[in-house]
Amino acid sequence: MVAVVLIGLAAAFYMEHSGHHVTGMTNHIVWGLPHVFAIFMIVAASGALNVASIGSVFGGPLYKPLGRFSALLAIGLLAGGLFVLLLDLGRPDRLIVAVTTYNFKSIFAWNIFLYTGFFAIVGVYLWTMIDRSVHQHYKVLGFAAFFWRLALTTGTGSIFGFLVAREAYDAAILAPMFIIMSFAYGLAFFIVTLMAAYWWAERSIGDLRMTKLKNLLGVFVGGVLYFVTVYHLTNLYVTQHHGVESFFLASGGIYTVMFWFGQILIGGILPLFLIYSPAFDRSRMAVLVASLLVLVGGFFQIYVIVIGGQAFPMSLFPGKEVLETTMLDGAIAPYTPTFAEAALGVAGIMVAMIMVAVASRMLKVLPDTLEDPADKS
Amino acid sequence: MSHDPNMDSPEHSQERREFLRNTAIAAGAAVAAPGLLISIASATGEGGVTSDTRWGMLIDTDKCADGCTACVTACDKENGIDLVEQPQGNSDEMWEMQRPQWIRKLKLRDKQTGDITNLPMMCQHCEFPPCEDVCPTGASFKRADGIVMVDRHICIGCRYCMMACPYKARSFIHQNVAEQVVNAPRGKGCVESCNLCAHRIDEGQTTTACQDACAAEGHNAILFGDLKDRGSAISKALKSRSSQQVRADLELNTGVRYTNV
Repeated sequence: MVAVVLIGLAAAFYMEHSGHHVTGMTNHIVWGLPHVFAIFMIVAASGALNVASIGSVFGGPLYKPLGRFSALLAIGLLAGGLFVLLLDLGRPDRLIVAVTTYNFKSIFAWNIFLYTGFFAIVGVYLWTMIDRSVHQHYKVLGFAAFFWRLALTTGTGSIFGFLVAREAYDAAILAPMFIIMSFAYGLAFFIVTLMAAYWWAERSIGDLRMTKLKNLLGVFVGGVLYFVTVYHLTNLYVTQHHGVESFFLASGGIYTVMFWFGQILIGGILPLFLIYSPAFDRSRMAVLVASLLVLVGGFFQIYVIVIGGQAFPMSLFPGKEVLETTMLDGAIAPYTPTFAEAALGVAGIMVAMIMVAVASRMLKVLPDTLEDPADKS
Repeated sequence: MSHDPNMDSPEHSQERREFLRNTAIAAGAAVAAPGLLISIASATGEGGVTSDTRWGMLIDTDKCADGCTACVTACDKENGIDLVEQPQGNSDEMWEMQRPQWIRKLKLRDKQTGDITNLPMMCQHCEFPPCEDVCPTGASFKRADGIVMVDRHICIGCRYCMMACPYKARSFIHQNVAEQVVNAPRGKGCVESCNLCAHRIDEGQTTTACQDACAAEGHNAILFGDLKDRGSAISKALKSRSSQQVRADLELNTGVRYTNV
């Protein structure tokens, strides 16, 4: 894992040293594969906190012992996402400018506060869960963290929702859609890492707890499919958006394939089948595979939104076709990611996993047993 | 530590008070001076650019000639864009998509009538620029005189402005820059776009490089001037003929207008 991070760092150095011409990113696809990884992890980070929120905000006793690990995973995923996002900047050396000079009309500037605030609040929240002497503040912090994570995902969704010029974006539904996406990705990440940690430590998780997590994932995945359906149906109603809808749903080549096979089939229908089919009622493997599929499908979903949304041309002159241009006006912008971009993105995930693994060893975040309460008696 | 009895004498006390006072004054001056200098400098700068002026452009597409790219060539030369070299190992196709372009020529055909339109497309210098709205550091900004440009000292290269621009008017510098011109400083990892030849305006000139080149070709398709000056040629032309904004639906109140599109 450390080696992967080092390769990612080397890739980032290569990209910064040579300039972004060594990547597949251009003046047309200005945000590429690193941004897909970064946004995917940032969205998942806030969702990973859900399990803790269910324990403290909604009073779910079965979820309460899982709260610490949930908070830790949330911090790790956000750190991994920001690692990628910051190292892809054209001028990462000017990070100090980004944290000292603000334009408060920019949702990006707000996000800087939302991200740092998330670290702080979830960090203290985690502390109140671990340290009995400050445990009385646990509820308040739980609520604060819950509202903060909603704001954070709204902010991430709004990065796209506020782009009035691009037809694939500019929709208020993107913000709540990102929230439900974060619920699904975050919980999928949580289930995968929790099962891995317990498998690694040769401990067991109770059936009831697994069933609860599994059913919750099913609800979230269904929720994502619902929001995606509403997003596309509302777009289809507006004649102006028929072009971009036809691009995503029918004629967009790789993006159409990613949408139907990646996002809908792998990320939605197959996990729902694994979760709800009676054939896999008690199968741990089915839950694990379903969670992994949700993550793969989620990655495709972010790819379609980020890259596909940029690839589709902006219409400057409705009713006219472009015969000559040097800026790909009216044409689909091509994009082929390079190894360096992928290496940086994967390194971000590894940073998150290393942080979670190391902190799990140092802090007491994983209960010794996750057997169901009934099993103990 | 030994105790010096002289230190408590009235003379020494006086000296010490004076020393402390002078030190305080000196320290205060040292702290205040740079701030003072900066405010003097910015006051001078503000004196040069006021909101009494709004620079803009009117493009007469009927006069824009098919196949002519004189404006693009002139802009490239004026702003040192022609000095940016294709990186080694980069394919021509990638270079075409990664090289900076401040102005480009478009040739359009009406789907209904088949009419052909030629026009240059560049930063439209919006009154309400989306690039300025989304920029996290304020590097994308609009001058008091309406020119939208990038402060390349605080641009962090996030490219959010490029995502937000409806006109694809912005370019990211994807490679190392060896040579550049004084009036258009350029750096790897920053975003840039047409600034209506701000350096010329600040020197007191009244035309842009693209306008001059277009006129030299005998086309005179580009008219540059002050939109707020009712007596200016551009204001008169805008009053006498109907013109349009590109993506007028976004209500950005662009500073660049087109006729006969």
